[in-house]
Amino acid sequence: MLKRPEISGEVLVQLAGAGVHRAGRWLVRGVDMAVRPGEIVTLIGPNGSGKSTTAKTAIGILKPQEGKVARKPGLKVGYVPQKLAIDWTLPLTVERLMRLTGTPTRAEVGAALEATGVAHLAKAQVQSLSGGEFQRVLLARAIARKPDLLVLDEPVQGVDFSGEVALYDLIGKIRNDTGCGILLISHDLHVVMADTDTVICLNGHVCCRGTPQTVAASPEYLQLFGARAAETLGIYRHRHDHTHLADGRVLHQDGSVTEHCHPDDGHHDHDHGYAHDHSHDTRHV
Amino acid sequence: MFDDFFARALLAGIGVALTVGPLGCFIVWRRMAYFGDTMAHSALLGVALAFLFQINLMAGVFLVASLVSIALLLLQRRGALSTDALLGILSHSTLALGLVMVAFMSWVRVDLMGFLFGDILAVSRADIAFVYGGGAIILAIMAWLWKPLLASTVNEELAEAEGMAPERARFVFMLLMALIIAIAMKIVGILLITSLLIIPAATARRFATTPEMMALFASLIGVAAVTGGLYGSLHFDTPSGPSIVVAALVIFLLSLVSFASRPSKALP
Repeated sequence: MLKRPEISGEVLVQLAGAGVHRAGRWLVRGVDMAVRPGEIVTLIGPNGSGKSTTAKTAIGILKPQEGKVARKPGLKVGYVPQKLAIDWTLPLTVERLMRLTGTPTRAEVGAALEATGVAHLAKAQVQSLSGGEFQRVLLARAIARKPDLLVLDEPVQGVDFSGEVALYDLIGKIRNDTGCGILLISHDLHVVMADTDTVICLNGHVCCRGTPQTVAASPEYLQLFGARAAETLGIYRHRHDHTHLADGRVLHQDGSVTEHCHPDDGHHDHDHGYAHDHSHDTRHV
Repeated sequence: MFDDFFARALLAGIGVALTVGPLGCFIVWRRMAYFGDTMAHSALLGVALAFLFQINLMAGVFLVASLVSIALLLLQRRGALSTDALLGILSHSTLALGLVMVAFMSWVRVDLMGFLFGDILAVSRADIAFVYGGGAIILAIMAWLWKPLLASTVNEELAEAEGMAPERARFVFMLLMALIIAIAMKIVGILLITSLLIIPAATARRFATTPEMMALFASLIGVAAVTGGLYGSLHFDTPSGPSIVVAALVIFLLSLVSFASRPSKALP
């Protein structure tokens, strides 16, 4: 595994007892959390548990009705929202979308698209992309900003499982390479990144928090998601020997690229750190 | 050549068309057609008030259209009625109020048709100065506002999170809309201004691959519509506003035909 950068004491964003009240009810209350440079904080919880609300409060889209939010002055945020629909009437290529809020150079745009595996789509209209391709483009756009804080609201939605693994790898790599803080939202309980430093489990309030392992074992978590969910919480921790490129080809660890991947083509050295003691049930709990 | 009323009208019309291109694109992208209509209809109330208080017509129209858009933003925030219903109320009540007020003011002679449908005979040299001066200001502000406005059109929350101040961008855009309505009123007429905003932009969509290209094409298509419409207006002795809109519609329909006749790509 790559060496983790030190998490410094400086705080990018901090919530203290934050609560958001909308249309007669509290969406979320009493949230304490902080994201530091080089730290990955993952918010999990069922639908309507206030994950997105918490993230939006952290970056100033929503104002809290109680508690406090403090952001580092001049904090540069890269945001991948949960829902983003671009109207057909707006002609927009992937390249143009990359320059939506910032002014990255051509090389930076290319590098970011390359990193998320969609460099071949640079000239495509965004409306023609599949859900998974669009998510990769949105992630590339956020990275190209070179943010201090990357906020990813369910960044792997619509991405198939192998792509999901690759994107989580990439998110870990971005943190390691740039030292930015990452606030990640996931409703996908099956895969919580092993790279995550802190998991915060929300259900209108903070249920429990800690490392992925401690959260998975905590009674609050078991009560909220049930024992079966805990069984299927695979803490993803594996080493790759090949990557499926978005154009269908396969990049092997020895640097070669093949059209397909076969178990005994000599390129493989499969080593999953986690045991396959669970099935990946695609139904969400 | 400025002595010739037709040359003046043509010059003013082209100036308006060049300016409305980028604005019209945002109206289309943000689905604000009815909103633009409402602001334009309120212009007649502005005309009436300008007569009543004897102030400059354009200033009156600009003020009332701005106030209407601000009122709408505030009402929307209260969330009591749907935006659709609010627009319907504001649009037609301001138009009706304007008409009633004009009828009461028996001491002024108002060419109502000229305001509603445009009047090429009425374009003065001062109007041309207003069109190009105002147009230059609008385009300069649009260039400055382009990035935040486009970002907030794609996604308001993303724009907010990444420091694009979408609320300010939207507010400035409303003021620019009020300004273009005040400027374009004499040429296209209150009732038809929105179509000069929307039809060229909608036509341009088919040919553009980036937002900037669409804005440029919308301006050029607008110039063609104004030129064709004004010549038609002169030739057939029809009011200038409707003639321009009919010309824009013809261009739009032609663009549809040229696309339909193109052989469709075989599936891979």
